[in-house]
Amino acid sequence: MSTSAPPAPTRKSAAGSSATWRLTDRIGLGFAWFVGLLFCAICAAIVIYLAVEGLQFLHLSDLWTNATSTNGGGFLTPEENTAIVVTIAMLIAVPVGVAIAVWLSEYNRPRLLARVVESTVEMLAGIPSVVLALFGVLLFELKALAFLSLTEPDGAVYGLSFLAAGSILGVLGLPYVVNPVREGLQSIPNHVREASYALGKSKAATIRRVLLPANRPSIITGSMLSAGHVIGDTAIILLLMGDTIVRYPVGHTPVLSLLRGTGDSMTSVIFDNAPTGDLNNAPKAYAMAFVLLLVVLALNIVVDVFGRRSKELRWS
Amino acid sequence: MELKSPPPVRRLLPGTTVTPLHGGSGQRPRPVTSNGTAQVAPAAAPAAAPAAAPAVAQVPAPSAVVLPLAPRRTPSATIERMRIENVTISYAGKPAVKDVSLPVRQGEVLAMIGPSGCGKTTLLRSLNRLTELTRTARLDGQISLDGTDIATLEPTELRRRVTMVFQQPNPFPMSVFENVAYVLRDQAKRRPNKASLRPAVESALARAGLLEEVKDNLDHPALRLSGGQQQRLCIARALAADPEVLLLDEPCSALDPQSTKVIEELIVKLRQEVAIVIVTHNLQQAHRVADHVAFMYLGELVEYATAPALFARPREQRTKEYISGAFG
Repeated sequence: MSTSAPPAPTRKSAAGSSATWRLTDRIGLGFAWFVGLLFCAICAAIVIYLAVEGLQFLHLSDLWTNATSTNGGGFLTPEENTAIVVTIAMLIAVPVGVAIAVWLSEYNRPRLLARVVESTVEMLAGIPSVVLALFGVLLFELKALAFLSLTEPDGAVYGLSFLAAGSILGVLGLPYVVNPVREGLQSIPNHVREASYALGKSKAATIRRVLLPANRPSIITGSMLSAGHVIGDTAIILLLMGDTIVRYPVGHTPVLSLLRGTGDSMTSVIFDNAPTGDLNNAPKAYAMAFVLLLVVLALNIVVDVFGRRSKELRWS
Repeated sequence: MELKSPPPVRRLLPGTTVTPLHGGSGQRPRPVTSNGTAQVAPAAAPAAAPAAAPAVAQVPAPSAVVLPLAPRRTPSATIERMRIENVTISYAGKPAVKDVSLPVRQGEVLAMIGPSGCGKTTLLRSLNRLTELTRTARLDGQISLDGTDIATLEPTELRRRVTMVFQQPNPFPMSVFENVAYVLRDQAKRRPNKASLRPAVESALARAGLLEEVKDNLDHPALRLSGGQQQRLCIARALAADPEVLLLDEPCSALDPQSTKVIEELIVKLRQEVAIVIVTHNLQQAHRVADHVAFMYLGELVEYATAPALFARPREQRTKEYISGAFG
C-alpha cells in the first residue's frame, strides 16, 4: 500500500525463464503447448472441412425451402422439426431445472432427499442418450400414454412422436439447466437474501422477486447450454420421433396432430445421409452438419454474452 | 395492503404527549406503550466543538478524544420502542450474547460498540429475529416491541416494523424505483402499480436524502449507483416500510469518508422519526452519531451510558482500555 514499495517485478523475472527449468519441466511445458495447439487444429479442421464440403452442396435458399427430391437440398422441414422438438424439451427442462436448482440451493431439506436429488441430477448428466431413448420407448409404448404418440387404429402404440422425443430430450437437457442455475444462486451473497427478509419479505417472495431475477443470466445460460446439447442429440430422435422423411401427423386436431406425429430432425438427416447411413448422400450430410454447427455456435455466443453480463452488475 | 400515502412527518416536540405515529387508513394499529412522559434525553456535549471540524477524520486515532462532525441538536424527547430484557443468545450451546438488557428509544441513536466477536451484531440481528435464520441459534430472555413480545409476532410483520440495513450495500438487482416499490408491495405482488406508488417511493428516497440525485434516473439499475448511493437506497428501502426501529449493521464500513459523512448526518437527522440502533466498530463514528452507547465485550454488556459520558468518563476498566485503543 505504501508509496515507497518497489515497482512490481515484471512477469518474466517473477516466473523465471523456462530455459533455467529442469528438462522434465521443459518437456512438460512443450507437451502442454503441443496438445493445446493440436486441439485447436482439430477443431479448426472440423469447421473448415464441414464448411468446404457443405458449402459446395448448400445453397442459401436451402435454409428456407423444402426438398423436392430425397437427394436434393431444402432443409426447412428438419429445421422446423428440430425447433419444435427442442422447444418441447426446453419447456420441460427449464422450469423443472430451475425448480430443482432453487430447491437444492434455497431449501436443501431434508438433507438426505437433497443429496439423492443432487446425485440423480449428476447421474442423469452421465446417462448415454440412447439409454434414455430406450427408456422413452418403454414409457411411451404404454397404453395409458397412447394419446401422446403415433397409434394405429387397431390399438398398437408405437411410442413415436414429437411429444415423446421432446420430453425425453427435456430429461436429457435437465442437468445442463440445474447446474448453472444452482451455481448462480449460490453466488448470490447471503446478505442479499437477508436484506429481503429484513424488510418483512417471505422466503417465497424473496426467491421470486430477488433471487430469480438476479439469476436471470444464469437461467438463460443454462437454457442455451441445454438447448445446445439437446439440439445435437440423435439417438432420441431416431428411437422416439420415427425419423420419417415426411411428417406423419396423427389425428385431426390442428397442432396436436403434428405433435403426436412423427418426423425427422437436423441430426437424423445427417445420420441418414452420412456415407454409412441409409441414404448415403454425403454432401447433403455435410451441408446439414455445417448448418447445425452454426446454430450451436450461435447458442454458445449467447451463453458467452450472458455469462459476461451476469458478472457486470454484482454486489461487492 | 393498501396504497401507502407518503409517511407522515413524525417529529416529537418537547412537551407533546405521545401520539400514534401511524396515522392514515389501512395502517396496522401499533400500541405505543412508552412510559407516558416523554423522557428528556441527556444532552450530547456539543461543548467546544469547533464549527470547522475536520471534514472526516478517518485516521485510526487511538485517542478517545474525537470531536463530533458538527454541533448537533440534542434530541428533544424520546419514547421507548424496544426493550431487551436479560437476553442470552447462543449458537449450538455456545453463548454469543450473555444476559443483556437495553432500551431502544425513538428520538435517539443507540450505538453498540465492541471488538469483533463481542456479540454486538448478534444482538442487533435478534431484534428483528434474523438470528433465527441460523438453525443452531437459541434466544433466552425477552425482547419486546411497543410492549409486545416479538416472539409472538409473525417474523414478516416484525421485520416490517424493525427494518435493517447491512454492512455491504445490497440493493436488489432491479431499478432504483423498484427497490423501494418492492417494500411497499405485499410480499411478491406486482400491485399496486408504479404510478400509484410514485409518491411513496419518492418520499422514502427523499427521507434518505437520495431523491435529488436519482430523481431523473429512477428506472436505472440500482447496482449502477455509487456505493454511498446504494447504501442510502438501502436506507430508503428500510424507511419505506415505515418502521418503528431501524437497525444499522456497520452501515459505513464499506464506504468512502465522504459517503460516510453523508450517511452519518442522515442518521442523526432520522433519529427523530425512528428509533435507530447502529452497530459500529468505528469509535469516532459512535461518538459522532450516537446518543447512547453500549459497549460489549465477549458477549457481555460492559457499560451502557450516554455517548459523552462513556467516551469522556468510562466507568469500567475494560471500556477505558477499549476506547483508548488498548485492544480491539
